[in-house]
Amino acid sequence: MTPVLFIEQVLNGLQSGVMLFLMAAGLTLVFGVMGLINLAHGSLYMVGAFTAAAVAGATGSFALALMAALAAAAAAGAIVELVVIRRLYDRDHLDQVLATFALILIFSEGTRYIFGSFPLFLDIPDYLSGPVTLPGGIQYPLYRLTIIGIGLTIAAGLFWLISYTRLGIRIRAGEADREMIAALGVDISKLYTIVFALGAALAGLAGALVGAIQSVQVGMGEPVLILAFVVIVIGGIGSIKGALVGAVLVGLTDTLGGLFLPALFALFMDNSAAQTTGSALASMLIYILMAVVLVWRPQGLYGARPA
Amino acid sequence: MRLTSLIAGACMAALGGGALAEEGKVKVGMITTLSGGGAGLGIDVRDGFVLAAKMAGNDDLEIVIEDDQRKPDIAVKLADKMIQSEKVDVLTGIIFSNLAMAVIPAATAQGKFYLSPNAGPSALAGKGCHPNYFNVAWQNDNLHEAAGAYANDAGFANSFILAPNYPAGQDALTGYKRIYEGELAGEMFTQLGQTDYAAEIAQIRASGADSVFFFLPGGMGISFLKQYADSGVNLPVVGPAFSFDQGILQAVGEAAMGVKNTSQWNKDLDNPANKVFVDAFQAEYGRLPSLYASQGYDTANLLLSAMAKADISDAEAFRAALKEADFASTRGDFAFASNNHPIQDIYVREVIKEGDVYTNKIIGVALEDHSDAYVADCKM
Amino acid sequence: MSREGWINAALYAGLLAVPLWAWLADEPFTITLATRVAILALAGVGLNIALGLGGLVSLGHAAFFGIGGYEMGILASHAQSYSPLMETPFLIEGTKSMPIIWLVAVLASGLAALVIGALSLRTSGVYFIMITLAFGQMFYFFAISWPAYGGEDGLSIYVRNGFPGLNTLDPIQFFAICFVLLSAALWLSARLAASEFGLALGAARQAPRRAETVGLSPYRLRLLAFVISGAITGLAGALFADLNRFVSPTMFSWQLSGELIVFIILGGVGRLFGPVAGAALFITLEHFLGGLSEFWHIYLGLLLLLVVLFARGGIIGLLAGRRVAHD
Repeated sequence: MTPVLFIEQVLNGLQSGVMLFLMAAGLTLVFGVMGLINLAHGSLYMVGAFTAAAVAGATGSFALALMAALAAAAAAGAIVELVVIRRLYDRDHLDQVLATFALILIFSEGTRYIFGSFPLFLDIPDYLSGPVTLPGGIQYPLYRLTIIGIGLTIAAGLFWLISYTRLGIRIRAGEADREMIAALGVDISKLYTIVFALGAALAGLAGALVGAIQSVQVGMGEPVLILAFVVIVIGGIGSIKGALVGAVLVGLTDTLGGLFLPALFALFMDNSAAQTTGSALASMLIYILMAVVLVWRPQGLYGARPA
Repeated sequence: MRLTSLIAGACMAALGGGALAEEGKVKVGMITTLSGGGAGLGIDVRDGFVLAAKMAGNDDLEIVIEDDQRKPDIAVKLADKMIQSEKVDVLTGIIFSNLAMAVIPAATAQGKFYLSPNAGPSALAGKGCHPNYFNVAWQNDNLHEAAGAYANDAGFANSFILAPNYPAGQDALTGYKRIYEGELAGEMFTQLGQTDYAAEIAQIRASGADSVFFFLPGGMGISFLKQYADSGVNLPVVGPAFSFDQGILQAVGEAAMGVKNTSQWNKDLDNPANKVFVDAFQAEYGRLPSLYASQGYDTANLLLSAMAKADISDAEAFRAALKEADFASTRGDFAFASNNHPIQDIYVREVIKEGDVYTNKIIGVALEDHSDAYVADCKM
Repeated sequence: MSREGWINAALYAGLLAVPLWAWLADEPFTITLATRVAILALAGVGLNIALGLGGLVSLGHAAFFGIGGYEMGILASHAQSYSPLMETPFLIEGTKSMPIIWLVAVLASGLAALVIGALSLRTSGVYFIMITLAFGQMFYFFAISWPAYGGEDGLSIYVRNGFPGLNTLDPIQFFAICFVLLSAALWLSARLAASEFGLALGAARQAPRRAETVGLSPYRLRLLAFVISGAITGLAGALFADLNRFVSPTMFSWQLSGELIVFIILGGVGRLFGPVAGAALFITLEHFLGGLSEFWHIYLGLLLLLVVLFARGGIIGLLAGRRVAHD
């Protein structure tokens, strides 16, 4: 493999990692602040993608579509929080798993009811389409570079939000001691709705951004959801920094593993067999990574030690 | 409707007085995918099938439809229900090969007929063939073989080929390589359900290939094509019709324009049965028919043609009547090989835009009167 | 007998009476449905030992269900093609005998549970949920892409495996086999709950620190519960494969792990007959709602939501009234 190809593949891994981060950030915030495990986070990703496709189809504007996706996912998140999720905060994880599993069913089939069974169309806008040439002669799609840029900007924005704003202080206080923050007179239920809607908006944005280069279809959120869970578990639940590191780690492992494992097996097998075996193992790789991390550090890379 | 009565009239004539039909009630159980991922395909097969039945106006044909949710164990459960409780004579409808493998061997072993409107796994075309199992679509390798034939015609000498790592994907690459005569610049298996193909596209760019063959059904194909179009890799692409069919073509959009794909059917095929079908389908459902709809429609017409000739209670005669394939197929000439799989022409299509709608037009024939590679293995 | 006792007895009798009626009325499909309920309930009873008794929320129990299924598929397919499974270092042949298949299923899934449990139980809470999910996904992807046993196409077994003295292809006889195994698992589960081990496990769940100070090892207790749980679920997987005469990677899917949890919650967590009630309700709903609307998952979702939010003890809790005991 040439260095140019290698760098291109690393960029690909980084790009998929950055998208995973947008998903994982919401999950980990919601868990950190409210102690809630939300399986329906992938549905909000789907809501974002479908909204973007519908708005782009109607108006032709990609920027408008992204904003609509953000708004729709945030609104869906806020509604779900008000109607269902807030009843689950003091329940055990089992109830949360089940209730949010039920939400997946409702969201998926509801979306299919509204938009039909065929995938929707959402395309990259002209001004972002096509490849650009990077230093070293690497041809790389502009849109993917944009995604990396947006993702890193949002990551930086989140760190700023958590570290320096009033909302961030409350979020951190909520993570540290839930009773205390209520006692201090912060409107805790409003805070929870805001955090949940924020997480939902990030997921919706990820769905819309990715929808332009992938298939906008019912059930698109579930594979991403599972990956995002792997990310936050590796990074340590509740830690934004952990989510970023975990996301990039998972993105790189997934992308590079799929390339190198078959090549590795080809050293001592015939090509076809090496392809099948290598990609079989590659599809298990991130789960193996997760198991290894958890066995080594049961609380994840940046998680607080369990009390 | 004028066309409907035309068809109904033709059917009545074929019945030869309709005396047989009085006792010849046939109950069909359709198990197909109507919810979740892949629902679009099942809906098209169902609509094509129901349309043909409706146009024939044959009261002796009773249809029970159930949704398999694309889950093999649900399909098996429904097959049990159809056979044990509904007491159907004929089963049909399954879209996906893995579900077909779960249902068909057991159903035919219990003496039921199975007419496949979509899946054609190689195991059931060769050693596992059965006199009661008829495939009205294609053997799974067919369209990939046709893509290989097209690649030879187009002068491709160094193809990069990729498919998901599961049996149908492995068969696809085998099918392409069976006919394709050039070199391989690379061969890659992706994950089933994979959505990001940046890594594969980078490999293609670096491989020095002169063409790309891919089999990525459903959402996978949409994702691949969009990303491929955006990558600036301008190699010609060929693939089977599944990623370019009416249902999903609109979701691929501009990225699919001009891509060559192989199919045994297209809406512009010039034969009377096809014209009737395309018009009637649009009038009935308000959308263009897909490959899957044509297969569902043909399946129903095959069944109707057999019903006109024999009574289902005489399994021997009914089997012979099915085998004659004496119906007007939307794809023109159609016959069964000795393993009950189609002998048919497979065409090369190109994606074009008609007004605002993306669709296909036929630009040539890839394989003529093509059967499949497993005929010799089938002993029955 | 307590109110819950009466409800359990009624459920048990109902699960027996429905197929018997169907047998007399010649409705074989109803017997098939009841068999499905019995097998899925068995899987649920297995999971309930980890989840209800041990408080271990495993979102990866499909792994054991699938291992049981594939073990049956592999042994039976080798017997079907008369090719030995392994020749070196010693000969292993396939088999179509249910008792042997069950034994191997219990051992294989128990062993897998030992390894998965030993690693996963180092974590707790959400981490535990997620790591079990990850192990399930590993098996799922492996099964899809491993070509030797059919990959995503799965494996078809044309004739149901045999049990000495019975005709297993007769729906009512196969139901009887499954029902007896379910009864045995229920009995075992009741005995476990009342045993010293069960009490210690309960103590480890409710007050791990205190359990440790009196000399119990929560890790070992939980691991043992996890292994028993996995083994029973594996047995159910082998039966499920026999019911369908087919195995496929969907037996490993995380949705199936989710459905097993759904059975338990629908029925009532920690209740002996919870999984039975839950599986029966789920299959009934799937059968009738599935016939009514393509979009039946919406109604299923709404119902689940209502149960979680407003009927916390599941159906049995609703009927038997809230229990004073644990939680």
